[in-house]
Amino acid sequence: MKVVVGQGSCGVATGAKKTAAEFEKQIRAKGLNIPVDLTGCIGTCYLEPIVDVYDDNGGLTRYVKVLPEKVADIVEKHLVGGEVAKEHEISETDRAFIEKQKRIVLRNCGIINPENIEDYIKTGGYEAVKKAVTSMTPDEVIEEIKISGLRGRGGAGFPTWFKWNAAKQSPGKEKYMVCNADEGDPGAFMDRSVLEGDPHSLIEGMIIGGYAIGAAEGIIYVRAEYPLAISRLEIAISQAREKGFLGNNLFGTGFSFDIRIKAGAGAFVCGEETALIASLEGERGMPRLKPPFPAQKGYWQKPTNINNVETFANVPWIIANGGAAFAAYGTEKSKGTKVFALAGKIKKGGLIEVPMGLPLRDVIYEIGDGIKGDKQFKAVQMGGPSGGCIPASLIDTPVDYENITKTGAIVGSGGMIVMDETTCMVDMARYFLDFTRKESCGKCNYCRVGTKRMLEILERITVGEGRDGDIELLEELAQKIKDGSMCGLGQTAPNPVLTTIKYFRNEYEDHIYKKKCTAHSCRELLTFTITDKCTGCTLCSRKCPVGAIKGELKKQHSIDQSICIKCGKCEETCKFRAIERD
Amino acid sequence: MTDEKRGCQCDCKKQDFTELAPVMEKYAKTPGSLITILQKAQEIYGYLSMDAINYISEQTGIKPAKIYGVATFYSQFRLKPIGKYLIMLCKGTACHVNGADMIEEAICEELGIKDGETTEDGLFTLNNVACLGCCSLAPVMMIKSESGEETYGNLTKDSVKKALAEIRQREGQEVKAG
Repeated sequence: MKVVVGQGSCGVATGAKKTAAEFEKQIRAKGLNIPVDLTGCIGTCYLEPIVDVYDDNGGLTRYVKVLPEKVADIVEKHLVGGEVAKEHEISETDRAFIEKQKRIVLRNCGIINPENIEDYIKTGGYEAVKKAVTSMTPDEVIEEIKISGLRGRGGAGFPTWFKWNAAKQSPGKEKYMVCNADEGDPGAFMDRSVLEGDPHSLIEGMIIGGYAIGAAEGIIYVRAEYPLAISRLEIAISQAREKGFLGNNLFGTGFSFDIRIKAGAGAFVCGEETALIASLEGERGMPRLKPPFPAQKGYWQKPTNINNVETFANVPWIIANGGAAFAAYGTEKSKGTKVFALAGKIKKGGLIEVPMGLPLRDVIYEIGDGIKGDKQFKAVQMGGPSGGCIPASLIDTPVDYENITKTGAIVGSGGMIVMDETTCMVDMARYFLDFTRKESCGKCNYCRVGTKRMLEILERITVGEGRDGDIELLEELAQKIKDGSMCGLGQTAPNPVLTTIKYFRNEYEDHIYKKKCTAHSCRELLTFTITDKCTGCTLCSRKCPVGAIKGELKKQHSIDQSICIKCGKCEETCKFRAIERD
Repeated sequence: MTDEKRGCQCDCKKQDFTELAPVMEKYAKTPGSLITILQKAQEIYGYLSMDAINYISEQTGIKPAKIYGVATFYSQFRLKPIGKYLIMLCKGTACHVNGADMIEEAICEELGIKDGETTEDGLFTLNNVACLGCCSLAPVMMIKSESGEETYGNLTKDSVKKALAEIRQREGQEVKAG
């Protein structure tokens, strides 16, 4: 028997470490000899902390929301009594959240112990690299990836085999295999989950890639904001070295490959390949013109191939099961599965992996179980700051590279932020422009100054100072920024604005001409009023920082709109929901 | 004391870089290591002082202006000291949609500081960050201190104030009234 506590960042944030400690304490107290192990994230973040109990015959019972106070009950009933503690067990519908998925990238996440290489080996780990290195030529490896149809999972969706082939063909003995683990899209966290939950699948994928292009060195460029991911990677790399999967003369074939970690320092633009390379070289992460492409001149001017974490994590599975097995999933041009991070106003947020081409509706309603508080679904944002908002009317769009691009958004790294009727689309556009304005490296005028000007216009609109012609001005600026920027950051930065104008022009017009925010979210455009639900408790008038609320005890109060600063304090303090915003 | 002064005209004392010396030994002559060196220096001293930048320049031969350029390009680097507890408030998309601005307001109210500032008692620094990757627990913050990092999820105005108050209490300081 074994107790396994999910300890990805999200699990730890909900108190999984305390839960694990409590299990150890209780097990000791009962004089039992049952190990307490850890694993990564299974993806059902809304159920954390999650605890799996494996019986001696391999049977699995999954307990959810196991806060320390529930531990005693589970230990007593299950570990001592041998009966499932049903009231803490995962429900049928939540089980379906996991079972409706097809997990290739996440095959081991939330199942194995990421800090123990033996667990990975038991699942067939490092067999794929052995197969590739000992029985396939580099060209055969690239051919297999070509058959699989795997495309870069970092955002652009470029065919992986093509990049590998270019790096392989490039002359030179010294080549580099780089993993972009600088997951910069705010709202995507699949790379973190793989790094924390199954680091060996990335390492194995990189070795196979290194073998294919003829590189002896791999570098993982990982975000400094992911401390747990870095520490698990360090453990995994040193264990792989001990086992002889990294180092010289792998599998006795004369092929040598080793990996080191380079911690990024926080810059979104470093997701762009040439900027990432500049950063690896210790410089400001500023992109340069292409060509030459990194495959010709990359890290220290040597041929370099860069893929992201999710792309690499697919590779061992493809080599082990064959490219055709991977290509059996997905659509004609978007093969395989894709991991999506479901977050925002969704009931069941977390990480899901589904075959490409599943309609958005299925993702949001079947797997995600719909909108929090059963509010009305308004839009889903895909592709982060480079992407766009897909409106409710397009909910039947199949999720693959081509169809999502048609809507004006992009698949990107797979972040899906769900929005309901209370999310203001103008404010969303403002939010993303604020992000790209800060993250612009400053090299191209249009990106540096243009994003700032767009942001200023959007800020004006959200505070009720929008002017006639602003929408057209935004559209014009957007086109100029796209045309006048060298790298992907600038070329895509206007997308959130363009898609929200395309699908939610009425919201822009309401802000500008009627000075109204239909989502009741832009504070400066709100009017707070007190309804007849007011009992005259005087609480709000005492809390109001500017003394705008007047009224006698036990009589309905009122707000003097000429004084009100719209801070919302009254709404927060009112116990009778008597404050209305319009 | 005067001989402890370096070139600068202010009253600052020369910083002691003995702890950084082994890092320099390892990385100073390896090309492309500047970011790693700056990260290690910040880990040791909590921030990058002008003294530290000058010292790294002397050791590596990289001009201070260039080091300054790199340090100011990346959001991780700080040129000012920080408090004992670094609050990293997530401003990612999911957190934004779920009310991260409200959480920021609560922190500002509770501590009387804005993004990038440190409380007078030197206990807390508030830094807004792009995304902590815990999107399904939005809104989220991470508090970093010498004893490690702790992540707080599903924040509300009350829970964030409570978390800060608990730290204050642990530190044996009076919780600010109000």
